[in-house]
Amino acid sequence: MVTCTGCALLCEDIDVVVENNRIKETRNACRRGAARFRGCVNRLAPSVDKKPVDTDAAIKRAVEIIKNAKSPMLFGWSNSTSEAQAKGIQLAKRLNAAIDDTSSFCQGILIEKVLQKKFRTCSLEDIRDRADVLVYWGSDAQDSEPRHLSRFSYFPRGEFRQRGYEEDRIAVAIDVRESNTAKICKGHFYRIPPKGDREFILALLDALSGKVPAYDAKRMLELAGILKKAEFGSIFAGIGLTYSIKDELDIFVSLADKLPNFHIMPMVGHYNMRGFNEALFKETGFVNRTRFNGSSAAHDNRYSIVESLRQKSMDALLVVGSDPLSSLPRSVLAHLANIPVICIDPCVTLTSRIASVTIPAAVSGVETGGSAVRMDGRVIELSKVVENNYLSDAGILTRLTEEL
Amino acid sequence: MPTVMELYQLLPKTNCKKCGESTCVAFAVALLSRKKNISECTPILEENFKKQKEKLDSLLLPTKGAEETGMIVHPEICTGCGNCVVACPVDVANDPRGAAVGCAPTNDKVIFKIIDGKVVASNIKECRRFGKNRVLCYACIDPCPTGAIEFV
Repeated sequence: MVTCTGCALLCEDIDVVVENNRIKETRNACRRGAARFRGCVNRLAPSVDKKPVDTDAAIKRAVEIIKNAKSPMLFGWSNSTSEAQAKGIQLAKRLNAAIDDTSSFCQGILIEKVLQKKFRTCSLEDIRDRADVLVYWGSDAQDSEPRHLSRFSYFPRGEFRQRGYEEDRIAVAIDVRESNTAKICKGHFYRIPPKGDREFILALLDALSGKVPAYDAKRMLELAGILKKAEFGSIFAGIGLTYSIKDELDIFVSLADKLPNFHIMPMVGHYNMRGFNEALFKETGFVNRTRFNGSSAAHDNRYSIVESLRQKSMDALLVVGSDPLSSLPRSVLAHLANIPVICIDPCVTLTSRIASVTIPAAVSGVETGGSAVRMDGRVIELSKVVENNYLSDAGILTRLTEEL
Repeated sequence: MPTVMELYQLLPKTNCKKCGESTCVAFAVALLSRKKNISECTPILEENFKKQKEKLDSLLLPTKGAEETGMIVHPEICTGCGNCVVACPVDVANDPRGAAVGCAPTNDKVIFKIIDGKVVASNIKECRRFGKNRVLCYACIDPCPTGAIEFV
């Protein structure tokens, strides 16, 4: 049994058939996980200024770049092991650099609230064993974490929910489109207009307090009835909800307060995003967008990857296991052409194609072990399935720190 | 998937009974449930029905891969989520500590398995749609949002 690093569910029940040090077949992993085990089509090669070199020379050049930079930024981290993240935070501290991860434009603000204990949360096992009402809000778990419904939430029979989805559980979907998750929720799908989450929450708060809601009164009262009756509920808050109410998260906090039996679970995509948020929170009290200055750390929107690129405030970028060129808005990317970019990744990505230095890494959870944090905060050990000579993320970062 | 009426429209509609069925509609039903073969309808093999025969063949093509229970799995649209593995009542009964609680199947008695990210059906004789006391079970079709499992 090995652990899959395809998404933040970190399924530990995967069987792999290895032949001649290659993965021939995966069992129990979803399509996303199976693709992760298959590895990448285009393997990254070490290079400096787009010329092939050996790994040692690439690391040497990378050290020169980050050493000479006045305000470097270290970005990525969500697809790295917890060990690599810890090394990355120490490196940022030593360089007085800014550090940010993909949660900065993903679930960061929600995870911050969870870590600050503003929300009740629970483990996925609790949900499997006890939950009777499941709310997928702005999240298409069926597509982004394909085994979420079958392993932990809707379909399995839990210790106190022996009749599973047939009688014991109700799944509700609130989304702007009829996603695959919404198709499973069938009669309990509430379609809202884009950015309509705020009005929906306010109407739901009214319905929960016994007032007639201003918005789709009949269905809102029906939903409020379902939520009130719940013995153990869970709201799976997806990126759709987070993006829509990111400036007024307090109304979501007040909704959570109104529902004492409910637990909030931020739906994390990348397999170890929560791990980075927890590690940085432990170190500095912030989950992302942080700049170190000696022993102190400052948190500001200016230190986010998007704002640093827009304001052209960074003069070197180290990317670990991420592809900002394909995930960030085009308008802010122009600055990447003016600064040296160091890319540490197992595969060729758009970012690696423009990078000044590329350092190939082993695929974590397949070619190297370690540990990672699941979306509910549980630490899961990763397994090494095949042997090869690639350095792990943690190994590369150790070399960078040593050669500084 | 073709319907009975689509198949019937392409048959000779003469109710000649040469196939052993009483009407062409009954033959279309038997054809769809794979109890009869298209070659058992002798008039359609004649030259003047050539075009209709070709169309029938193409309509019946997707049912070729069907299991004995009529199950067809479309691996190309399966996402490997495993909802069918956990929802199937036979899997739950045969593997109460594995598939029933959402974990990987722990024995070979289960019907559905996920291999290489796609669903594979085995042990088809255990299916509730199989045999004399079959029931019209929808437990694996309902939880599949992509429609990767079908019955004919």
